[in-house]
Amino acid sequence: MSEILIEERKIVVPGEVLAIGLDYVPGENTYREEDKIFSKVLGLAAVSGRVIKITSLAGPYMPTVGDKIIGRITDIAFSGWRVDTNTAYSAMLNVKDATTRFIKKEEDLSKILAIDDYIIVDIINVTSQRLIDVSMRELGLKKIQGGRIIEINSQKVPRVIGKKASMITLIKEKTGCEITVGQNGLIWILGSPEGEAAAERAIKMIEEKSHLSGLTEQVEAFLRGGR
Amino acid sequence: MITNTKTVKELVLQNKRLDMRTFTEYRQPIEIETNISWTAEGSAKVTIGKTVVMAGVKLSLEKPYNDTPDEGGIMINAELLPLSSSEYEPGPPGIKAVELARVTDRGIREAKAIDLKALCIEPGEKAWFVTVDIISINDAGNLFDVANLATLAALKAAKFPVVNQETGSIDYKQKTGRSLPLTKEPISVTVYKIKGKLLLDPTMEEEKSAEARLTVSIDKKGTISALQKGGEGTLTIAEVGTIIDLTHEKAEELRVVLERVVVS
Amino acid sequence: MVYKQRLDGRKGDELRPMEAKTKVIPNAQGSASFKIGKTWAIAAVYGPREIYPKFLANPKRGILRCYYNMMPFSGSGERIRPGSNRRSQEIAMVMTKALEPVVDLSQYPNSVVDVFVELPQTDAGTRCAAISAAAMALADAGIPMKDLVSSVAVGMADDKIIADLTYKEEHIYEFNPESLNAVVSDIPLAMIHNTKELTLLQMDGEITKEDLLKALELGQKAIEKVYAVQVKALKENFIEESK
Repeated sequence: MSEILIEERKIVVPGEVLAIGLDYVPGENTYREEDKIFSKVLGLAAVSGRVIKITSLAGPYMPTVGDKIIGRITDIAFSGWRVDTNTAYSAMLNVKDATTRFIKKEEDLSKILAIDDYIIVDIINVTSQRLIDVSMRELGLKKIQGGRIIEINSQKVPRVIGKKASMITLIKEKTGCEITVGQNGLIWILGSPEGEAAAERAIKMIEEKSHLSGLTEQVEAFLRGGR
Repeated sequence: MITNTKTVKELVLQNKRLDMRTFTEYRQPIEIETNISWTAEGSAKVTIGKTVVMAGVKLSLEKPYNDTPDEGGIMINAELLPLSSSEYEPGPPGIKAVELARVTDRGIREAKAIDLKALCIEPGEKAWFVTVDIISINDAGNLFDVANLATLAALKAAKFPVVNQETGSIDYKQKTGRSLPLTKEPISVTVYKIKGKLLLDPTMEEEKSAEARLTVSIDKKGTISALQKGGEGTLTIAEVGTIIDLTHEKAEELRVVLERVVVS
Repeated sequence: MVYKQRLDGRKGDELRPMEAKTKVIPNAQGSASFKIGKTWAIAAVYGPREIYPKFLANPKRGILRCYYNMMPFSGSGERIRPGSNRRSQEIAMVMTKALEPVVDLSQYPNSVVDVFVELPQTDAGTRCAAISAAAMALADAGIPMKDLVSSVAVGMADDKIIADLTYKEEHIYEFNPESLNAVVSDIPLAMIHNTKELTLLQMDGEITKEDLLKALELGQKAIEKVYAVQVKALKENFIEESK
């Protein structure tokens, strides 16, 4: 007889028993041992049909092909630039992936992107050893200028964006800022200094309270009222 | 570590900071908690904003130095723990920790904040030696000021341990009610210069964007007991004058918090 | 020579009051504070991050690296000279071994997860407090773990099998007038919660096999109390605020 021991959105710790019996399926961040399913992280339980998964409340970003991230140039190599992705793994931006225009052999790469420049890129390849290639060719990908970059835990990114981008759109509208959210937890905010500061505080608030419901109303109230 | 250096500098020219504080505003909260460690003769934990520093006082009985036979001694050490920031690596103190220790040490020593003669028990033979260890717990900028405050609070809260009269050895488990001979509380305030503008209580980001800094150790009357200029850039004499006025004023804000520390 | 009543009045299986919190160091990926009686450990987790020196990198999985340090003012007597010493190196190593069995770093090849533990004050049971704090900090950092590890010291002071010895109990012959020639044994241990498998077991002193097994039984029960405190602290930050 199978038994589920947790309900949706319950906070669980690593090793906590989620279900007993073979009717349930261990999803993300869980594991099965004999007839029990356990959590593997500190997180919120989510039940979808027979699948039990845990949404981690913290944890490192896992570089994934197709993700848009914000990185920092740390080195200029012969064929491109080395990029800090804010994870344990640096990425390579090859010259051919940097722009759509042709870059001649003699060109000084540091004139295109210099060390400590921040860039918005797409991840185009990740090997099993976590060697990462990124590209800046597509529309919207570019070197960052102006504004400020802040960092949140990458697990909170979906909450900051919101369902159908509702949360991030709310913040953009109320603060008048352009906001680009990297899946690796780095976020670029561009607007007036006051607007940027308000957007930063709103995003940090979401990061802190991401496990709570009614967050949208709280953020709205914050953006309406105090700065 | 993300550093929005260009933006910090652009905003400073507009008289603004990333977190919208004024140039002379301390982050909140400013909190001092004393006697956080029961094994120390005196200890404190100080928080300004998100920067947290602990300081602990240990006392020992030693033979006085040859050139000062009627004085005890004081020494201040600092450790910047890897626990407190990804900027620090395990191992012996680097130059940043050494500078922090020596600047804090001078501020207190040169002000003669501790009456070293009052630490002497038997001239040439026995005197109290005070060692303060400053430990960073979370470095979010402005360690100089937080560390100095923690040191003063720990010294203020410290009590002499009981000395066994027969053996002459210290019973660290028992404290007397006697406090250290602390005659002054020289507060230090560090002012940073970014793009020619002067501001205090910087975040780590602002520290990295600054061209110079000046730490001023100053007492209630305005007597300066230590100065330390840091950074690759320069300071004009006029700037030094302005900074000293600013530190005299702001030291009082920190002094109010320090004075609230109740010593039983 | 009988240790009738514990010096601080506790029952044989009673632990000192415990206090635990997470998220105490904003800069770290995860952090925790664990206090048991007068022993206090603060742990911070940084990582997974790039590993230096590079030759330590493992291409199959990330490496767990622990550091243990007593602050200079945390000893029961004189000031402790700062810096690594043989004791702190050994404790760091057994700490790592106590946590490795539950931590899963297979998804983070060529990286390191650094755990730094510092103690501002101590009264025996330091490596146990360090492990309990470190386990919480790792979970707080979102590091995948199959379970939590909890740690406490058990032992014998004179003829009594007890849990969570204080410094005085470890040196009972100095502090209890009736225990002048007492035999003491101090057994720090750590266990995985679900399976009760031991991940740390050390002993100082003298003990018979029978007494040791009795002490370990007591340890198994004592550890549950530590676990409860760890879980509460981990979950506390996320309790729904009442509207």
